[in-house]
Amino acid sequence: MSEIKEVQKDILVTQDLSIGYKQGKKEQLCLLSDINLTIRRGEMVCLLGPNGAGKSTLMRTIAGIQSPLAGYTLVEGIPIRDRNFKEIAQLLSIVLTERINVGNLTVYHIVSLGRHPYTSWMGRLSEEDNDKIKGALEQVGLLHYADHFINQLSDGERQRVMIAKALAQDTPLIMLDEPTAHLDLPNRVDIMRLLHRLARETNKAILLSTHELDLALQAADVIWLMARGQTIKVGAPEDLVLNGSIEETFHNKSFIFDRKTGNFIMNYQKKQIIQVLGNDVMGFWTQRALSREGYQVTCEEAGNCSVKLLEDTMEWEIHRNGEVKKCRSIQELLAYLRTFLVFD
Amino acid sequence: MLLNKNGRLFSLVFGILFLLICGVFLLDLIFGSVNIPFKKVFAILYGADVKNSWNYIILNFRLPKALTAIFVGAGLSVTGLMMQTLFRNPLAGPYVLGISSGASLGVALMVMASALMPVAFGVISAFLGSWALVVAAVVGASLVFMLVALASLKISDSVSLLIIGIMFGSITGAVVNILQYFSDPEQIQSFIVWTFGSLAGVTWTEMKVMVPIVFSGLIIAFFLIKPLDALLLGENYARGVGISVNKTRIAVIISTALIAGTLTAFTGPIAFVGVAVPHIARSIFRTASHKVLMPAVILIGAAIMLACDIISQIPGNQNTLPINSVTALFGGPVVIWVIMRSRNVKASFAG
Repeated sequence: MSEIKEVQKDILVTQDLSIGYKQGKKEQLCLLSDINLTIRRGEMVCLLGPNGAGKSTLMRTIAGIQSPLAGYTLVEGIPIRDRNFKEIAQLLSIVLTERINVGNLTVYHIVSLGRHPYTSWMGRLSEEDNDKIKGALEQVGLLHYADHFINQLSDGERQRVMIAKALAQDTPLIMLDEPTAHLDLPNRVDIMRLLHRLARETNKAILLSTHELDLALQAADVIWLMARGQTIKVGAPEDLVLNGSIEETFHNKSFIFDRKTGNFIMNYQKKQIIQVLGNDVMGFWTQRALSREGYQVTCEEAGNCSVKLLEDTMEWEIHRNGEVKKCRSIQELLAYLRTFLVFD
Repeated sequence: MLLNKNGRLFSLVFGILFLLICGVFLLDLIFGSVNIPFKKVFAILYGADVKNSWNYIILNFRLPKALTAIFVGAGLSVTGLMMQTLFRNPLAGPYVLGISSGASLGVALMVMASALMPVAFGVISAFLGSWALVVAAVVGASLVFMLVALASLKISDSVSLLIIGIMFGSITGAVVNILQYFSDPEQIQSFIVWTFGSLAGVTWTEMKVMVPIVFSGLIIAFFLIKPLDALLLGENYARGVGISVNKTRIAVIISTALIAGTLTAFTGPIAFVGVAVPHIARSIFRTASHKVLMPAVILIGAAIMLACDIISQIPGNQNTLPINSVTALFGGPVVIWVIMRSRNVKASFAG
């Protein structure tokens, strides 16, 4: 009995899945094989990986748009392979990157398209369909926009409309392909928070591919980490940070992944050492600016130059060979430091 | 919700459109080179035997002509709407897949090649008699249609299909040009007259063939309302909500071939309505929903075609203007006005 319950918790299961492309009659290009992944009810999974790792191919294969080279995917225990579009559309719904820009089309009408797999050939909406559409719009907070035309909405709102369409489709699995790609930061955060909340509230499984590492680390319940030719690493975001998987996957000469903050830091070439006296927020941003300029920042005495932070007045004091100069902004400070580089 | 309000508003507009069509239909029967008082026209329609020649003109000339106008306006507008949605292109129309070029190739062969190869074509045209042009157009249109349909099975994106359709058009156009180059002026003229289009030539016998075919194309179109709505979001989203894009595309092509191919065969290629009417419908109803647009383009298309037919009757003159010139000459400014007023044509398509 316990085993059955265990299975039922998983909405998506991939079994020995091989993804890739068929080239010609017999040859095939296999990107990755023996993929065994699961998503549980109410879980939000972020698929991360550098460009060319095969994220889209995996997403397309799971969604049944592309057929697997081997193995299969199951949604609620039903294999996706060999199902027609209508049957698949009742198991999983998709949200794409592309910006919807069609005139004369109301938000309500777009969300109602999510009911297509359930309606007759005429597409007549029943009472229940209308309730589901309104419910979906309410969940994304756009019910008051129901009668607006889609091209009157902002990009963030448009993406929320498409998420409402996916909710109206009432599928156990929702897949989103880089849903935040063309949004600004507040909208990106909004969408991620919305998706996380929806996963919890609706008990659906949400799978999204993204490039937003920092957002994914904060919002995802589970991360699937893909790298070219390596098996997919699965785990809670924090686990993947701690065991160094993230660092390894995104390894690059030009930046380093800071395990402490979960951020990427650009790797500037260090030419000089500079002492910075002072801590806290002002110290952090001063340090960022100085490392961009090519200084190795330290709090010990080093070199012939040191910067003292006067936090009360928001001023910077530069001590150099006995000379003292006060600057009122980081910009001024950097400009002053640059004059030495020329002469030194 | 606004939805119900819109629903009532839509019914009102549809009602007005329907009355408009009835009005224009009667006007179309009344106006003509022979002056028949309109009380008599009613009497004839009710079955009274007013005057032999008048009865003949109304029942065997003006009535089939007006009905043809309705079918041409409605049919071409529906195919234009489907093509614009399928290709997500505001310039698409019934003929983008080369159907009219195919028909014109067939007709050109029949008219002009019968002089170059009198044995083959002369025998065929003698055998077919008055049906010769119709059969030639049908054969030409179906040939091009089959090639495009074959291509659509191989090609899975609509833009490539659009380009292929246009290429077929260019190729057949080139063949027609070559035929014209080697033909006598009289034959060229009779071909050119065909390209002007005419609503008048369709007899009741021909109507019995034309109407069922166009009707079946329209029925297919009505079954495509739901998938076409889904296609508004693009092919990927359409698949995502369970629509088979390939099947829809093939059904659209078949429906277009039945409607546009048949109409072209009987009336010649009639430009403009197919492209313009969907835009007029969108700007009147302010919607992209095919559930509204499909009946809307049928009514608007029929009304416009009837109006154009009335205009083509020059009052007090035996001559009529070629219908193709009338549609463009009087319809063009209307569309420009509609676009200037609403400025939402481009917004109706993915940019």
